Amino acid sequence: MISIGAASSDPSALPTFDRGTGFTGSAEHPRRAFVEQIMGLPISVHVRGPKARGPEVAGAVTELFTALRADDERFSTWKPASPVSRIRRGEMSLEDADPRILEVAALCEEATRRTGGAFSAWLPGPDGEPAFDPSGLVKGWAVEQAFDALVERLDRLGAAEGFGAHDVLVSAGGDVAVQCARTDTPDWRIGIEDPRDRRRILLSVPLRRGAVATSGTAARGQHILDPTTGRPPAGLLSATVIGPRLTWADVYATAAFVRGRDAATWIATIADHAAVLVDLEGILETVCPAG
Amino acid sequence: MRRIVYAMMGTVSALVLLFSYHTSLGSSSSETGNANANNGTGTGASSSGETSGDPSEASGSSGSSGSSGSSNSSSSGTYTGDAVDTQWGVVQVKITVKNGKITRAEAVQYPSGNGRDQEINAYAVPQLNSEVIAAQSGNIDAVSGATVTSGGYLQSLQSAIDQAKL
Repeated sequence: MISIGAASSDPSALPTFDRGTGFTGSAEHPRRAFVEQIMGLPISVHVRGPKARGPEVAGAVTELFTALRADDERFSTWKPASPVSRIRRGEMSLEDADPRILEVAALCEEATRRTGGAFSAWLPGPDGEPAFDPSGLVKGWAVEQAFDALVERLDRLGAAEGFGAHDVLVSAGGDVAVQCARTDTPDWRIGIEDPRDRRRILLSVPLRRGAVATSGTAARGQHILDPTTGRPPAGLLSATVIGPRLTWADVYATAAFVRGRDAATWIATIADHAAVLVDLEGILETVCPAG
Repeated sequence: MRRIVYAMMGTVSALVLLFSYHTSLGSSSSETGNANANNGTGTGASSSGETSGDPSEASGSSGSSGSSGSSNSSSSGTYTGDAVDTQWGVVQVKITVKNGKITRAEAVQYPSGNGRDQEINAYAVPQLNSEVIAAQSGNIDAVSGATVTSGGYLQSLQSAIDQAKL
Protein backbone atom coordinates (compact mmCIF):
# COMPACT_ATOMS: atom_id res chain seq x y z
CA MET A 1 0.00 0.00 0.00
CA ILE A 2 1.20 3.47 -0.73
CA SER A 3 -0.03 5.80 1.91
CA ILE A 4 0.17 9.45 1.11
CA GLY A 5 0.03 11.98 3.84
CA ALA A 6 -1.74 9.52 6.07
CA ALA A 7 -3.12 11.53 8.92
CA SER A 8 -1.24 11.04 12.11
CA SER A 9 -1.01 12.80 15.40
CA ASP A 10 2.61 11.70 15.73
CA PRO A 11 4.92 14.22 14.01
CA SER A 12 7.74 11.67 13.86
CA ALA A 13 5.55 9.50 11.61
CA LEU A 14 5.55 12.16 8.91
CA PRO A 15 7.96 11.78 6.03
CA THR A 16 11.38 13.26 6.64
CA PHE A 17 13.45 14.88 3.95
CA ASP A 18 17.17 15.07 3.64
CA ARG A 19 18.33 16.74 0.47
CA GLY A 20 21.95 15.85 1.01
CA THR A 21 21.57 12.27 -0.18
CA GLY A 22 19.86 10.22 -2.82
CA PHE A 23 16.45 10.55 -1.21
CA THR A 24 13.75 9.18 -3.45
CA GLY A 25 10.51 7.89 -1.94
CA SER A 26 8.57 9.31 0.94
CA ALA A 27 5.85 6.88 1.97
CA GLU A 28 5.89 5.88 5.60
CA HIS A 29 5.36 2.22 6.30
CA PRO A 30 5.51 0.14 9.43
CA ARG A 31 8.99 -1.12 10.07
CA ARG A 32 10.47 -3.69 12.34
CA ALA A 33 13.96 -4.80 13.30
CA PHE A 34 14.87 -8.30 14.44
CA VAL A 35 18.24 -9.18 15.97
CA GLU A 36 19.79 -12.52 16.84
CA GLN A 37 23.35 -13.58 17.56
CA ILE A 38 24.52 -16.31 15.17
CA MET A 39 28.03 -17.36 14.08
CA GLY A 40 29.33 -15.05 16.78
CA LEU A 41 27.77 -12.12 14.93
CA PRO A 42 24.80 -9.89 15.53
CA ILE A 43 22.40 -10.48 12.64
CA SER A 44 19.99 -7.54 12.21
CA VAL A 45 17.00 -7.84 9.88
CA HIS A 46 14.89 -4.79 9.04
CA VAL A 47 11.60 -5.14 7.16
CA ARG A 48 9.43 -2.24 6.05
CA GLY A 49 6.04 -2.45 4.42
CA PRO A 50 2.39 -2.58 5.39
CA LYS A 51 2.63 -5.86 7.33
CA ALA A 52 6.15 -5.46 8.68
CA ARG A 53 4.95 -5.81 12.25
CA GLY A 54 2.65 -8.74 11.54
CA PRO A 55 3.13 -12.41 12.43
CA GLU A 56 3.71 -13.54 8.81
CA VAL A 57 6.79 -11.32 8.46
CA ALA A 58 8.07 -12.42 11.87
CA GLY A 59 7.69 -16.04 10.76
CA ALA A 60 9.54 -15.39 7.50
CA VAL A 61 12.41 -13.72 9.40
CA THR A 62 12.56 -16.61 11.89
CA GLU A 63 13.25 -18.93 8.94
CA LEU A 64 16.24 -16.76 7.99
CA PHE A 65 17.71 -17.16 11.48
CA THR A 66 17.03 -20.91 11.39
CA ALA A 67 18.84 -21.26 8.05
CA LEU A 68 21.85 -19.31 9.34
CA ARG A 69 22.05 -21.49 12.46
CA ALA A 70 22.06 -24.60 10.26
CA ASP A 71 24.94 -23.19 8.21
CA ASP A 72 26.78 -22.33 11.42
CA GLU A 73 26.54 -26.00 12.46
CA ARG A 74 27.94 -26.98 9.06
CA PHE A 75 30.75 -24.47 8.61
CA SER A 76 31.92 -23.48 12.07
CA THR A 77 35.64 -23.89 12.67
CA TRP A 78 34.96 -23.34 16.38
CA LYS A 79 32.53 -26.22 16.87
CA PRO A 80 34.57 -29.45 17.00
CA ALA A 81 31.68 -31.57 15.68
CA SER A 82 30.97 -29.48 12.57
CA PRO A 83 31.74 -31.12 9.21
CA VAL A 84 34.24 -28.37 8.39
CA SER A 85 36.07 -28.96 11.70
CA ARG A 86 36.21 -32.68 10.88
CA ILE A 87 37.60 -31.90 7.42
CA ARG A 88 40.22 -29.64 9.05
CA ARG A 89 41.29 -32.47 11.36
CA GLY A 90 41.48 -34.87 8.43
CA GLU A 91 38.66 -37.06 9.77
CA MET A 92 36.63 -36.51 6.64
CA SER A 93 37.59 -35.66 3.10
CA LEU A 94 36.24 -32.58 1.41
CA GLU A 95 34.91 -34.77 -1.42
CA ASP A 96 32.55 -36.54 1.02
CA ALA A 97 31.09 -33.32 2.39
CA ASP A 98 27.49 -32.26 1.79
CA PRO A 99 26.61 -30.23 -1.32
CA ARG A 100 26.57 -26.88 0.48
CA ILE A 101 30.14 -27.38 1.68
CA LEU A 102 31.21 -28.44 -1.81
CA GLU A 103 29.53 -25.35 -3.24
CA VAL A 104 31.42 -23.14 -0.80
CA ALA A 105 34.69 -24.90 -1.55
CA ALA A 106 34.14 -24.23 -5.25
CA LEU A 107 33.27 -20.59 -4.57
CA CYS A 108 36.46 -20.24 -2.51
CA GLU A 109 38.51 -21.48 -5.48
CA GLU A 110 36.71 -18.98 -7.70
CA ALA A 111 37.40 -16.23 -5.14
CA THR A 112 41.10 -17.05 -5.11
CA ARG A 113 41.14 -16.83 -8.89
CA ARG A 114 39.18 -13.56 -9.04
CA THR A 115 41.34 -11.89 -6.40
CA GLY A 116 44.66 -12.99 -7.81
CA GLY A 117 45.40 -14.95 -4.63
CA ALA A 118 44.51 -12.19 -2.18
CA PHE A 119 41.69 -14.41 -0.90
CA SER A 120 42.29 -18.02 0.06
CA ALA A 121 40.40 -20.71 1.96
CA TRP A 122 43.68 -22.49 2.71
CA LEU A 123 45.22 -20.72 5.65
CA PRO A 124 47.74 -21.96 8.20
CA GLY A 125 46.00 -24.13 10.80
CA PRO A 126 47.06 -24.61 14.42
CA ASP A 127 49.96 -26.81 13.29
CA GLY A 128 51.09 -24.28 10.71
CA GLU A 129 50.01 -26.46 7.80
CA PRO A 130 47.40 -25.07 5.40
CA ALA A 131 43.92 -26.22 6.38
CA PHE A 132 40.54 -25.72 4.75
CA ASP A 133 39.02 -22.57 6.29
CA PRO A 134 36.16 -21.12 4.26
CA SER A 135 35.21 -18.69 7.07
CA GLY A 136 36.21 -15.66 5.02
CA LEU A 137 33.57 -16.46 2.41
CA VAL A 138 30.96 -18.43 4.34
CA LYS A 139 29.53 -15.57 6.35
CA GLY A 140 28.70 -13.41 3.34
CA TRP A 141 27.51 -16.38 1.31
CA ALA A 142 25.28 -17.84 4.04
CA VAL A 143 23.75 -14.44 4.75
CA GLU A 144 23.18 -13.83 1.03
CA GLN A 145 21.46 -17.21 0.66
CA ALA A 146 19.23 -16.65 3.69
CA PHE A 147 18.54 -13.09 2.54
CA ASP A 148 17.48 -14.27 -0.95
CA ALA A 149 15.17 -16.86 0.60
CA LEU A 150 13.60 -14.20 2.84
CA VAL A 151 13.03 -11.93 -0.16
CA GLU A 152 11.32 -14.82 -1.95
CA ARG A 153 9.11 -15.58 1.05
CA LEU A 154 8.09 -11.93 1.30
CA ASP A 155 7.36 -11.90 -2.45
CA ARG A 156 5.06 -14.89 -2.02
CA LEU A 157 3.33 -13.30 0.96
CA GLY A 158 3.04 -10.06 -0.97
CA ALA A 159 1.22 -11.79 -3.80
CA ALA A 160 -1.74 -12.34 -1.47
CA GLU A 161 -4.42 -9.69 -1.70
CA GLY A 162 -3.96 -6.84 0.72
CA PHE A 163 -0.53 -7.90 1.98
CA GLY A 164 1.64 -5.62 -0.11
CA ALA A 165 5.30 -5.50 -1.01
CA HIS A 166 8.05 -5.31 1.61
CA ASP A 167 11.64 -4.04 1.59
CA VAL A 168 14.37 -5.91 3.45
CA LEU A 169 17.76 -5.07 4.94
CA VAL A 170 20.05 -7.59 6.61
CA SER A 171 23.24 -6.67 8.42
CA ALA A 172 25.57 -9.41 9.60
CA GLY A 173 28.14 -7.82 11.88
CA GLY A 174 28.67 -4.91 9.49
CA ASP A 175 28.15 -6.60 6.13
CA VAL A 176 24.85 -5.46 4.68
CA ALA A 177 22.46 -6.68 1.97
CA VAL A 178 19.37 -4.72 0.93
CA GLN A 179 16.47 -5.18 -1.44
CA CYS A 180 13.45 -3.05 -2.26
CA ALA A 181 10.25 -4.54 -3.60
CA ARG A 182 8.47 -1.22 -3.15
CA THR A 183 8.90 1.85 -5.31
CA ASP A 184 7.48 4.40 -2.87
CA THR A 185 10.12 4.03 -0.17
CA PRO A 186 13.36 5.95 0.32
CA ASP A 187 16.64 4.25 -0.53
CA TRP A 188 18.15 2.24 2.27
CA ARG A 189 21.07 4.26 3.61
CA ILE A 190 24.19 2.40 4.63
CA GLY A 191 26.65 4.33 6.73
CA ILE A 192 30.31 3.45 6.39
CA GLU A 193 32.01 3.69 9.74
CA ASP A 194 35.20 5.58 10.43
CA PRO A 195 37.80 2.93 11.31
CA ARG A 196 39.55 5.39 13.64
CA ASP A 197 36.41 6.27 15.56
CA ARG A 198 33.71 3.64 15.32
CA ARG A 199 31.02 5.96 16.63
CA ARG A 200 31.43 8.11 13.52
CA ILE A 201 30.09 7.59 10.03
CA LEU A 202 32.44 8.59 7.21
CA LEU A 203 29.78 8.66 4.53
CA SER A 204 26.50 7.07 3.73
CA VAL A 205 25.59 5.18 0.59
CA PRO A 206 22.01 5.11 -0.72
CA LEU A 207 21.07 1.74 -2.13
CA ARG A 208 17.84 0.06 -3.25
CA ARG A 209 19.34 -3.29 -4.08
CA GLY A 210 22.81 -4.62 -3.45
CA ALA A 211 25.35 -5.18 -0.74
CA VAL A 212 27.98 -3.30 1.25
CA ALA A 213 30.83 -5.15 2.95
CA THR A 214 33.73 -3.77 4.94
CA SER A 215 36.99 -5.43 5.86
CA GLY A 216 39.28 -3.97 8.46
CA THR A 217 40.90 -4.56 11.78
CA ALA A 218 39.10 -2.00 13.94
CA ALA A 219 36.72 -4.45 15.63
CA ARG A 220 38.70 -7.60 16.15
CA GLY A 221 42.31 -6.58 15.88
CA GLN A 222 44.58 -8.34 13.42
CA HIS A 223 42.51 -11.31 12.28
CA ILE A 224 43.14 -11.14 8.55
CA LEU A 225 46.24 -12.70 7.05
CA ASP A 226 47.72 -12.12 3.61
CA PRO A 227 47.74 -15.64 2.08
CA THR A 228 50.82 -14.80 0.03
CA THR A 229 52.94 -13.71 3.02
CA GLY A 230 51.13 -15.29 6.00
CA ARG A 231 51.33 -11.91 7.73
CA PRO A 232 48.70 -9.29 8.53
CA PRO A 233 48.30 -6.88 5.62
CA ALA A 234 49.42 -3.28 5.92
CA GLY A 235 48.43 -0.20 4.01
CA LEU A 236 44.74 0.28 4.81
CA LEU A 237 42.63 0.77 7.91
CA SER A 238 39.53 -0.47 6.14
CA ALA A 239 38.18 -1.38 2.73
CA THR A 240 34.47 -1.16 1.90
CA VAL A 241 33.09 -2.61 -1.30
CA ILE A 242 29.60 -1.98 -2.71
CA GLY A 243 28.24 -4.42 -5.26
CA PRO A 244 25.20 -6.36 -6.37
CA ARG A 245 25.80 -9.50 -4.26
CA LEU A 246 26.99 -9.84 -0.67
CA THR A 247 29.20 -12.88 -1.29
CA TRP A 248 31.38 -11.03 -3.76
CA ALA A 249 31.28 -7.62 -2.08
CA ASP A 250 32.58 -9.41 1.02
CA VAL A 251 35.31 -11.32 -0.84
CA TYR A 252 36.42 -8.21 -2.73
CA ALA A 253 36.50 -6.16 0.48
CA THR A 254 38.75 -8.74 2.12
CA ALA A 255 40.96 -8.88 -0.96
CA ALA A 256 41.16 -5.08 -1.22
CA PHE A 257 42.17 -4.88 2.44
CA VAL A 258 44.83 -7.55 1.92
CA ARG A 259 46.15 -5.79 -1.18
CA GLY A 260 46.50 -2.57 0.74
CA ARG A 261 48.10 0.16 -1.30
CA ASP A 262 47.25 -1.19 -4.72
CA ALA A 263 43.62 -1.91 -3.74
CA ALA A 264 42.25 1.11 -5.62
CA THR A 265 43.78 0.23 -8.98
CA TRP A 266 42.70 -3.39 -8.55
CA ILE A 267 39.09 -2.71 -7.53
CA ALA A 268 38.70 -0.30 -10.46
CA THR A 269 39.09 -3.27 -12.80
CA ILE A 270 36.00 -5.02 -11.39
CA ALA A 271 32.73 -4.19 -13.09
CA ASP A 272 29.68 -3.09 -11.11
CA HIS A 273 31.56 -2.51 -7.87
CA ALA A 274 32.52 0.63 -6.02
CA ALA A 275 34.86 0.94 -3.05
CA VAL A 276 35.72 3.22 -0.18
CA LEU A 277 39.27 2.81 1.11
CA VAL A 278 40.69 4.38 4.26
CA ASP A 279 44.47 4.45 4.45
CA LEU A 280 46.68 4.47 7.54
CA GLU A 281 46.59 8.27 7.73
CA GLY A 282 42.79 8.13 7.64
CA ILE A 283 42.64 9.49 4.12
CA LEU A 284 39.59 8.41 2.18
CA GLU A 285 39.74 7.17 -1.37
CA THR A 286 36.58 6.34 -3.28
CA VAL A 287 36.70 4.13 -6.35
CA CYS A 288 33.89 3.99 -8.89
CA PRO A 289 33.95 2.01 -12.10
CA ALA A 290 34.57 4.09 -15.18
CA GLY A 291 31.50 5.52 -16.85
CA MET B 1 -20.10 14.30 -2.94
CA ARG B 2 -19.06 11.46 -5.16
CA ARG B 3 -17.99 13.82 -7.91
CA ILE B 4 -15.81 15.72 -5.50
CA VAL B 5 -14.29 12.49 -4.35
CA TYR B 6 -13.41 11.55 -7.90
CA ALA B 7 -11.80 14.89 -8.50
CA MET B 8 -9.70 14.37 -5.43
CA MET B 9 -8.87 10.85 -6.55
CA GLY B 10 -7.49 12.24 -9.79
CA THR B 11 -5.12 14.35 -7.76
CA VAL B 12 -4.24 11.43 -5.57
CA SER B 13 -3.46 9.25 -8.57
CA ALA B 14 -1.11 11.88 -9.84
CA LEU B 15 0.53 12.02 -6.43
CA VAL B 16 0.94 8.27 -6.37
CA LEU B 17 2.75 8.41 -9.66
CA LEU B 18 4.97 11.22 -8.49
CA PHE B 19 5.94 9.16 -5.50
CA SER B 20 6.39 6.04 -7.57
CA TYR B 21 8.45 7.62 -10.26
CA HIS B 22 11.99 8.23 -9.33
CA THR B 23 15.39 7.08 -10.30
CA SER B 24 17.74 5.50 -7.88
CA LEU B 25 21.27 6.70 -7.54
CA GLY B 26 21.24 8.88 -10.56
CA SER B 27 23.41 11.91 -10.91
CA SER B 28 23.41 14.05 -7.84
CA SER B 29 21.97 17.10 -9.54
CA SER B 30 18.85 15.31 -10.74
CA GLU B 31 18.44 13.66 -7.33
CA THR B 32 18.26 17.05 -5.75
CA GLY B 33 15.59 18.05 -8.22
CA ASN B 34 13.55 14.95 -7.46
CA ALA B 35 13.88 15.44 -3.74
CA ASN B 36 12.57 18.95 -4.01
CA ALA B 37 9.64 17.86 -6.15
CA ASN B 38 8.75 15.14 -3.68
CA ASN B 39 9.14 17.49 -0.81
CA GLY B 40 6.61 19.89 -2.24
CA THR B 41 4.16 17.16 -3.09
CA GLY B 42 4.51 15.49 0.25
CA THR B 43 3.77 18.68 2.08
CA GLY B 44 0.66 19.25 0.03
CA ALA B 45 -0.60 15.73 0.58
CA SER B 46 0.04 15.92 4.28
CA SER B 47 -1.83 19.15 4.68
CA SER B 48 -4.93 17.69 3.10
CA GLY B 49 -5.20 15.26 5.95
CA GLU B 50 -3.84 17.17 8.86
CA THR B 51 -7.17 18.11 10.40
CA SER B 52 -8.07 14.56 11.19
CA GLY B 53 -7.04 12.23 13.94
CA ASP B 54 -6.25 8.56 13.68
CA PRO B 55 -7.27 7.27 10.25
CA SER B 56 -8.77 4.20 11.87
CA GLU B 57 -11.38 6.42 13.45
CA ALA B 58 -12.79 7.28 10.06
CA SER B 59 -16.21 5.80 9.71
CA GLY B 60 -17.34 3.65 6.87
CA SER B 61 -16.10 0.35 5.65
CA SER B 62 -13.88 -0.32 2.75
CA GLY B 63 -15.74 0.04 -0.50
CA SER B 64 -15.42 -2.76 -2.96
CA SER B 65 -13.58 -2.07 -6.14
CA GLY B 66 -15.62 -0.49 -8.86
CA SER B 67 -16.08 2.91 -7.34
CA SER B 68 -18.91 2.28 -4.93
CA GLY B 69 -18.46 3.87 -1.56
CA SER B 70 -20.18 3.00 1.65
CA SER B 71 -20.60 5.58 4.31
CA ASN B 72 -22.55 6.28 7.43
CA SER B 73 -23.00 9.91 6.65
CA SER B 74 -22.92 11.90 3.49
CA SER B 75 -19.39 13.15 4.01
CA SER B 76 -17.53 10.27 5.61
CA GLY B 77 -16.46 6.89 4.37
CA THR B 78 -13.98 4.94 2.35
CA TYR B 79 -14.04 5.05 -1.41
CA THR B 80 -12.17 3.00 -3.94
CA GLY B 81 -11.62 4.62 -7.28
CA ASP B 82 -11.58 2.97 -10.68
CA ALA B 83 -8.36 1.39 -11.79
CA VAL B 84 -6.67 3.93 -14.04
CA ASP B 85 -4.30 2.89 -16.76
CA THR B 86 -1.33 5.21 -16.74
CA GLN B 87 1.94 5.23 -18.60
CA TRP B 88 3.55 3.54 -15.63
CA GLY B 89 0.88 0.90 -15.20
CA VAL B 90 -2.45 0.49 -13.49
CA VAL B 91 -3.13 2.65 -10.46
CA GLN B 92 -6.14 2.36 -8.18
CA VAL B 93 -6.53 4.54 -5.14
CA LYS B 94 -8.61 4.15 -1.98
CA ILE B 95 -9.36 7.23 0.07
CA THR B 96 -10.88 7.69 3.45
CA VAL B 97 -13.03 10.78 3.91
CA LYS B 98 -14.05 12.17 7.23
CA ASN B 99 -16.25 15.21 7.49
CA GLY B 100 -15.60 16.05 3.88
CA LYS B 101 -11.81 15.89 4.14
CA ILE B 102 -9.49 13.19 2.88
CA THR B 103 -7.87 11.72 5.94
CA ARG B 104 -6.05 8.92 4.20
CA ALA B 105 -5.19 7.97 0.67
CA GLU B 106 -3.55 4.75 -0.37
CA ALA B 107 -3.00 2.89 -3.56
CA VAL B 108 -4.70 -0.48 -3.54
CA GLN B 109 -3.11 -1.19 -6.87
CA TYR B 110 0.07 0.39 -8.13
CA PRO B 111 2.37 -0.23 -11.07
CA SER B 112 4.16 -3.52 -10.74
CA GLY B 113 5.05 -6.48 -12.84
CA ASN B 114 5.54 -4.20 -15.83
CA GLY B 115 9.25 -3.97 -15.31
CA ARG B 116 9.02 -0.45 -13.98
CA ASP B 117 9.45 -1.45 -10.34
CA GLN B 118 12.26 -3.83 -11.20
CA GLU B 119 13.90 -1.01 -13.13
CA ILE B 120 13.63 1.37 -10.21
CA ASN B 121 14.93 -1.23 -7.79
CA ALA B 122 17.70 -2.59 -9.95
CA TYR B 123 21.20 -2.58 -8.55
CA ALA B 124 23.02 0.58 -9.51
CA VAL B 125 26.64 1.30 -8.75
CA PRO B 126 26.61 4.23 -6.33
CA GLN B 127 28.30 7.40 -7.41
CA LEU B 128 30.49 8.09 -4.41
CA ASN B 129 30.69 11.81 -4.91
CA SER B 130 30.75 14.70 -2.51
CA GLU B 131 26.96 14.71 -2.24
CA VAL B 132 27.16 11.29 -0.67
CA ILE B 133 30.10 12.14 1.54
CA ALA B 134 28.31 15.21 2.85
CA ALA B 135 25.73 13.03 4.58
CA GLN B 136 26.70 13.03 8.22
CA SER B 137 23.18 12.79 9.50
CA GLY B 138 22.16 10.05 11.88
CA ASN B 139 19.47 9.05 9.43
CA ILE B 140 20.97 5.76 8.31
CA ASP B 141 19.56 2.23 8.27
CA ALA B 142 22.68 0.15 8.77
CA VAL B 143 26.38 0.52 9.45
CA SER B 144 29.04 -1.21 7.42
CA GLY B 145 32.31 -1.56 9.22
CA ALA B 146 34.93 -3.98 10.40
CA THR B 147 33.09 -7.01 11.70
CA VAL B 148 31.14 -6.37 14.85
CA THR B 149 31.25 -9.36 17.16
CA SER B 150 28.36 -10.40 19.36
CA GLY B 151 30.29 -9.06 22.33
CA GLY B 152 30.75 -5.67 20.72
CA TYR B 153 27.22 -5.38 19.44
CA LEU B 154 25.71 -3.52 22.39
CA GLN B 155 28.21 -0.70 21.95
CA SER B 156 27.73 -0.50 18.19
CA LEU B 157 25.91 2.07 16.14
CA GLN B 158 23.92 -0.76 14.53
CA SER B 159 22.60 -1.67 17.97
CA ALA B 160 21.30 1.85 18.44
CA ILE B 161 19.61 1.79 15.03
CA ASP B 162 18.03 -1.60 15.73
CA GLN B 163 16.78 -0.49 19.14
CA ALA B 164 14.90 2.35 17.52
CA LYS B 165 12.98 -0.07 15.30
CA LEU B 166 12.50 -3.16 17.45
